[in-house]
Amino acid sequence: MIRAALQTGPFDAAAEAAALIGSRTDLGATVSFTGLVRADEGLVALTLEHYPAMTLAQMQAIADEAAARWPGVVGRIIHRHGRLCPGEAIVLVTTASPHRADAFAAAQFLMDWLKTKAPFWKREEWADGTSRWVDAKASDDAAADRWQERLQKGR
Amino acid sequence: MVELLYFAWVREMIGTDGETIDLPAEVETVAAPLADRSRIRVAVDQIFAGPDTALAGAREIAIFPPVTGG
Repeated sequence: MIRAALQTGPFDAAAEAAALIGSRTDLGATVSFTGLVRADEGLVALTLEHYPAMTLAQMQAIADEAAARWPGVVGRIIHRHGRLCPGEAIVLVTTASPHRADAFAAAQFLMDWLKTKAPFWKREEWADGTSRWVDAKASDDAAADRWQERLQKGR
Repeated sequence: MVELLYFAWVREMIGTDGETIDLPAEVETVAAPLADRSRIRVAVDQIFAGPDTALAGAREIAIFPPVTGG
């Protein structure tokens, strides 16, 4: 089971990993990825817009896809929305599994698909008072498409 | 009646976050004007759509730029 959450407030990555493990002793690895607002020169803040009726459902569908591909993996994904300043955490992907390879692979898959298949849009605010919508990156699409190819080859 | 929703710069360009319209009968699919996937994406009833996605019976059509979360 990989559970998705959408929230405005901060998250505690260590607490989420601990909650995944609970009292289990069969898990051999946890992987935790936190995405941060990077302070590009002059960046004041990012605002993440989302699609209330769709975003969380789509995040859970991505989580369910990962759980189906890596059946031994448990996990948690949390994505924030609203206005965030440089240094703040935007997104958390935490996975745990008996062996590290599955935990690493599932975490990378989850992040690649969150970037390209979950309806969020980033708007950047700059120190000079201007703002602009972030363009999608071809490299993110390519990263997400790798997993599509792998699925067609039988993973 | 179908609800149109707009997000990000599409919402700003149109000047509203949504509107309810009667879909003209001749509009049957998402189709060509929205097929430029480098600029615009569409979701029909909260599912990502392609140019050939049928609109018959749709309750909610969302129009937005490619996503940039994560």
